Formats: sequence, structure tokens, C-alpha cells
Amino acid sequence: MMGIVTESSSIEPAVRVETKRQPLPPRERLETVFEISDLDALYGSKAALKGVSMEIYKNLVTAIIGPSGCGKSTYVRCLNRMNDLVPGFRMTGTIRYHGYDISTRDVDPVAVRRTIGMVFQRPNPFPKSIFDNVAWGLKVLGMKDGLHERVEKALTQAALWDEVKDRLKTSAWGLSGGQQQRLCIARAIAVEPDVVLMDEPASALDPIATQKIEELMHSLKGEYTFVIVTHNMQQAARVADMTAFFSISRGEEGQRWGELIEYDATEKIFTAPSDQRTEDYVTGRFG
Amino acid sequence: MSTIGTAPASLLRPADRLGRRRIVNRAAEGVAWLTAAVAVGLLGLVIYSVARRGWSQLNLDLLTKAQNPYAGPGVAQGLANAFVGSLVIVAIATAMALPFAMLIAVYLSEFAPRRVKTSVGLVLDVLAGIPAIVIGIFVFGLIVVNHGQSGLAASFALAILMLPIVFRTTMEVLALVPQSLREASLGLGVPRWRTTLSIVLPQSIGGVLTGTVLAVARVAGETAPLLFTSSIVGAGISANPQHALEAVPLAIFELSESPYPTDQARAWAAAFVLLMFILLTSLVARWFAARSKRKLGRGR
Amino acid sequence: MSTFDATSDAARRPFKGRRTHFGDLILQVTAGLAAAGAIFLVGMIIYKVVEGARLSLSTFGLGFLTHTSEINGDIGGKAFLIGTAVTSIGALALATPLALGVALFLSELAPGWIRGPVTALVETLAAIPSVVIGLWGIIVLIPNLRLHVMPALHSTLGFIPLFGPVTGTGASIFAAIIVLTIMILPIIASISRELFLGVPAELKEGALALGTTRWEMVRGVVFPFARGGVAAAMILGLARALGEAIAVSMVIGAFNGFSWNLFSAGDTLAGRLANDYSSPGTAPTATSSLFYLAVILLVFSIVVNLIAQVIVRRAERRQGLVR
Repeated sequence: MMGIVTESSSIEPAVRVETKRQPLPPRERLETVFEISDLDALYGSKAALKGVSMEIYKNLVTAIIGPSGCGKSTYVRCLNRMNDLVPGFRMTGTIRYHGYDISTRDVDPVAVRRTIGMVFQRPNPFPKSIFDNVAWGLKVLGMKDGLHERVEKALTQAALWDEVKDRLKTSAWGLSGGQQQRLCIARAIAVEPDVVLMDEPASALDPIATQKIEELMHSLKGEYTFVIVTHNMQQAARVADMTAFFSISRGEEGQRWGELIEYDATEKIFTAPSDQRTEDYVTGRFG
Repeated sequence: MSTIGTAPASLLRPADRLGRRRIVNRAAEGVAWLTAAVAVGLLGLVIYSVARRGWSQLNLDLLTKAQNPYAGPGVAQGLANAFVGSLVIVAIATAMALPFAMLIAVYLSEFAPRRVKTSVGLVLDVLAGIPAIVIGIFVFGLIVVNHGQSGLAASFALAILMLPIVFRTTMEVLALVPQSLREASLGLGVPRWRTTLSIVLPQSIGGVLTGTVLAVARVAGETAPLLFTSSIVGAGISANPQHALEAVPLAIFELSESPYPTDQARAWAAAFVLLMFILLTSLVARWFAARSKRKLGRGR
Repeated sequence: MSTFDATSDAARRPFKGRRTHFGDLILQVTAGLAAAGAIFLVGMIIYKVVEGARLSLSTFGLGFLTHTSEINGDIGGKAFLIGTAVTSIGALALATPLALGVALFLSELAPGWIRGPVTALVETLAAIPSVVIGLWGIIVLIPNLRLHVMPALHSTLGFIPLFGPVTGTGASIFAAIIVLTIMILPIIASISRELFLGVPAELKEGALALGTTRWEMVRGVVFPFARGGVAAAMILGLARALGEAIAVSMVIGAFNGFSWNLFSAGDTLAGRLANDYSSPGTAPTATSSLFYLAVILLVFSIVVNLIAQVIVRRAERRQGLVR
């Protein structure tokens, strides 16, 4: 268990946490999953994001942090084309997923979402039994072989199996909030995605449930790539390998949009950020 | 429509059958569009037929001359007696149903204990579900067998049909009046009855009117209750509800069975007028409802 | 009302006095009587209709339900029972898929500008009086059926006894089914549409995020969520079809008998009542037989109504447990 090393830090870190994070491998050995170039996101005529460029690496946990309204959710929802569901939404720029541009019109979002899964802020299990919540996706997507084993594996990976194994046929809506969210995680990983996007997955949960989810991410990142949006800096510091800081920029006529300010290894962001705005945010001076 | 075709093979899941699933999705969408088209087509067809055939038959005679089944083909005929009769019957029915419905709603909303409220509500739901023709035959057995047909009997039957509609909307609107308003009035020492009549009801007037207009739209076109209560009508235009009166939907019903094209033409004209009336009153009711909803929202 | 005189008894006990205002009493009693009146009314309806049928009930008993006609020179109820069942269930079977398709279209598929007008159109149809639909049925629908639709169906599907030869004017059970379908379609469609729109967006997003298609999401999340409400809507539609007298009587051909050939004439309980209003027949039990039909109809409608209530209550409870 490593604490944050502070001897060579240039700022007073506002975040002191215990983390299980291992040091990052050198850049050359990191495999790029997402390469985002110059991404703009607009709702109607209002820009929500401008000029976002970054790379997301395989088998790491990447955190997206920043004040409310800076477009973190919008950003992450671009990655699995969920924003397509919002009327009037447009995006420009490119999002390359393993080298393939998935941001264009002619790419089928259904295929994109198949390998890039998502867990939402509020737990949203289906009005089905616990078993069926996990099994439904598997059945629809043609992964019916060994259904029971797959469901058990997913629930185990989500650290929920022991709690529900005796009541798999009961309604998922009878579970507590934290359990429901872990069920949603199980549901998402059962279909064997490549990436799991998490939009503030623990913000509606109590600290113990939150901790369980953070441990999940740590134990599973060998199999999946996680991108987590969080407004909780401590969480990012605990859990993330790379951290991207977004903030709100303002225009002359009072428009506001989100921009990527700084993106680096979590340690660097929280101990020696390059941008003043990042430093202001992580030291709690604003936002 | 491309897949993530050139992405690493490990990302492709052949078990997906994505292609086939896409086709199924497309087919389902197509079916939905198709059914919508069929439904819209049918509806449009009916309205179009009525509009086309009825519009051309409209003339002043319709409104001024009475129906005369004994007259020869050359005599001008109209449906004035039916329009007058409908007006009288529906007006009386409204006068019967409105206060009754409001009183019941006031009782359930302001005074009744919960159990009474649910049971009476249930009874009124049952009433709403009784077919109009059964109501017609009920009034027949109650009034007509002993006193003969009359516009009053017909009004009574229509009033029974209107009752649940006006009751329901009044209940909904009374429930919308915030409890704090009642408490404020009672807290000042204003007695219950005064509170209800001067504070609660005026707030709900919009909803009550909406319900009434909707009920009128509904019963203006009802034929079944009239069959047993006001169908044997004399010639000439009459507005005396003590005798059987002709009514528009009944006229349409009778004329529709006639082989003579002039009769059919009059049936279409009457149908057109009836339809327009109902559409207009429904629109008015909806406008009323939207307006009173806005006022309730602002009033707070 | 009471003056506050500092020197009077009232001054020493200022809040004593009549607890209930006289006005309160009047209002409560009047309103209460009205409510009692409603209950009394329903009771009266049941009583009067049953009383009117007494002669026929005592003469024929339940045999009425199993004979088609001409028992003692009077009508029997069997043909009408079957006719009612066939037309109502047929209309429900036709209308439900159409209505669900429309509801799906309006809630999921239609582009924004289409939704408003089409929704308004569907709700307008619900307001068209049955006599107008009947008129359309007689003059527009039936000739078309007789000349085009029924012969076509007969020649292609004639091996099924349902699609037998066309008889007479075309006034038929089939025409009644079409007319009833038009009448109950809007009810089922508008209720279903509201149900589908009420499915929480987060549930739908959760399904789509797994990589399922729109249709798979609808089948897996929307339909199950709305299941209870759709059942209630169907029952409401069924109730409407059961009780529809006018439009049916205008297009069904008023034939006192039943054959499985949908293209032949027939009759229903409600339709018969409408047809016989002026001339109930010559037998001494004629009028009370009409009442007998009304009794059956009344029983049906109350039972169906209560079933609908149960379904709605159960669906509400399930929904209410959650979130």
C-alpha cells in the first residue's frame, strides 16, 4: 500500500489518500485504446465541450475530474455514442477506438456499445429478477452457452455473488442501492466488453458501498479498461492511474463550455500539476 | 452500415449475429411504421368521408326546415327539429348532471372518510362502464313504460351518462387545490361550508367546466339511450321536453337505413355538423384544461 | 355570527358555542345524499333491468342462453352471445397489435414533427360518435367489403370456414369487427402510448448501453414495464366493444342466428337491443326478453369493469413498490 510521495512535490497536496495503485509502466509499453482528437460536443447550438484531445490506455483506470457542468458526463457518453439518444446533439473531431474512428455517422452505435459498456450514476437494474438482469443481455447478444456459469462469474467479479446466490430469482429492485449498482456492473461486464465507462458510479451510494466499487475496479482492471467520471477527488486519487482534469471556460458573450485542462498520471496531477487551474482545483481553492 | 470492421479481431464477436439482429430491428421498425400508417389511414378515411359527403350537403334548409317523413320528394326538408331537440335534451341533461356530480365530488373530496371515498368511487366507475344502451333500457323501464316517451326521459338517460365524466374531472380538480388553502381558510375561523363554496370550488371551476364540456361532447353523439326514450316523434319543430323530441344522432340513425339518396344526403350533412360540434367542443375543453392548469400553477 | 360582548357569558367562555355550523351540516347532508343517490342509482339500474326481464327469466330460465331462437315464438339469446363474443374478441385481436404499433411509433420512432398531429388524430377518432361510424360503415365500408375485400378473401382463404361466401348486402359480422376495431383502437393506443412514454429513460439507456438494438430494448424493457397497463387498456377496449350497440346494429345485418362464416350477417346482444327498439316482437315475453339481453350485457360489463380495476390496482402496486 503506497501513500502519495510528497518529498519532491512543489505544492501542498490537498489530497492524502491510501491507494493500491501501482506505478505506471513506461509510456512505450502502454497500449492506446482511445485516441480522441479535437473533440467538440454541442447540444443544438450550445457547445458543451471544445477541443478535447487525449489518449486512454488499456488496462488502466482513467479518471475524469472537474467541477460540475464542465462536460465530464457528456465526454464519456461520446465514447460509447450514448449521446446519439439526445435530440439535437452533434459532435465533431474524431474518436479512434483501437485505430478505428467510431465517431462518424456510418458507424453503428449498437456495435460500439457492445464493446464499450457503461455503468450509470443512479443504479438502473431492469424490472426483472437478479439472474435475468445479468442473463438478459447475454441471451440477446447470443452468448447463451454456459449461461449460468457466465452469470455466476459476472456476479462474482462484481463482488455480489455471495450476497445474492440464494435469491437469484427475486426481483432486482429488492436490493439495496449499493447492491443494485454492483448488479449493474455485473450486467455490464457479463457481456465481456473491452472498456467499461462509469459515470459517477458511486455518487448515489454510501461510503462502504463506494469502497466496494473502488476495490472492484482495482481487481478487474487487468481484464477491462475503466474510465470513471467522478466529482470526488479523493476517489480519483485512490483509484485512478491516469487523471484528466476538465474545467469550464467562458467566452466573451457569457457562453460556457468544458475543456480538457490537464491529463497526466494521477500522482502528477495531485502533487505537481502543470496548469495553475489544475492546482487550484486539486488544492481545493475553487470548485 | 459498417461494423467496427477493421478493429482488432478480438473485438468482433461472431456469436453476436449482429447482422441478423439489425435486420430484425429494421423489420420491427418497419412494422411499427406500417401499423401507424394503417391506423392513421383508417382514421383519416372516416373523417375524410364524412367531411367530403357532408360538407356538400350543407345548406340553410337543414337548419330551418323540419323533417317531414310524409312529404313528397319535392318538398324541402331539413333537420331543424333534430337540432332543436338535441339542444333541449342535452341542455336539460347537463342541468341535471352537473350539480349532482359536483355535490358527489365535494362530498367525497371534502367530507368522506377514506373507505366511503373508495367505495363510492368504485360505484361510479361501475356506472361509467355500463353501456349506453343498457342505460336507455333502464330509463325505458323506469319512466317510459308508465309515462310514455319524452325529452325529459332522454335527458335523464344522458345525464346518467354524463355523471361519471363530470364527477371524475371535478374530483381531479378538487384534489389539485392545495390543502394549505383550505387550512388557511379554516384557520381564520371560516366554517367548512363557506370554505368549500367560496374558496375551494372557485379554484376548481376551470376543471369542472372542462369536464362538463367533455361530457357534453360525449353525449351529444349518443344514440342508444334515445332509442328507447325519445324516438317516436311527431312532425314539426318542437322544443317541449314533455314529449318525445327528435335528436341529431337519432335522425342520422334513422336516415341511414333509408334507400333514398336525399335522405342519405341529409344523414351525411347531420353527421358532418355533429362531428364538427364534437371536435370543436373537445378542442374548447382541452383549451380550458390547459388554461386552468396554467392558472393553478401560477396561482401558487 | 356570534358577537363578542365583553360582559356576556360568551366573554367568559369565548369558544363555547355550536361546534358545527348549520351551513356545514346542510352541505354535508346534501352532498352525502348525492353520493348515496349515486349508489342508489346503480342499484336501481340493476334492479329495474332485472325486473324487466323477470317474465322472460322465469319462463325460459338459463335455457335462454343456449337456444338460438324461436322458443315459444320468441328470441333466444345464444346467437347474440356468440355474436358478441366473436365480434368483441375479433375486434380486440385486430385492434391490439395495431394500437401497440401506433403507440410504439408515437413513443419511440416518430420524428418530432409527426408526433403531435398523429397523436391528435388518434384522440380525435375516439371522439367520433358511434352513429357516424355506423353511417360510414353502411355507405362506405359495406359496399367496398362486398365488392372487393370479401370476394378477394374468399377466393384466397375460402378453405377456412371463416371466410365463406359473401351473402346479401355485405352487412356482416366481418363489417362489425372492422367497425369495432376502429372504435377501440384509439383507446388502447392512447393509453399504451402514455405507458410507453412513462418508461424511465434510465432503464432504456441501461439496456441500450449493453449494445442491444432499439427493438431488443423495447422487447426487454419497455414491454415488460408497461405490461400491466397494456392489459388494462385492452380490457377497457373490450368493454367498449361489448357495449357498442349503434354502430354494430347498423352494419351487422340483424340476423337472428349465427354461422361461422364471418361474411354472413349476425347480431350481438347490444346490436339486437338497438335493432328491436321499435318492434320487440309479438310474443308476450318479447319485451322482457329484450330486458333479459340487457341483463346479460349488464353482467358482462360489470364483470369486465371489475377485472379491469383489479388489473390496474395490481399494476399500480407493482410500480409503486419500486422507486
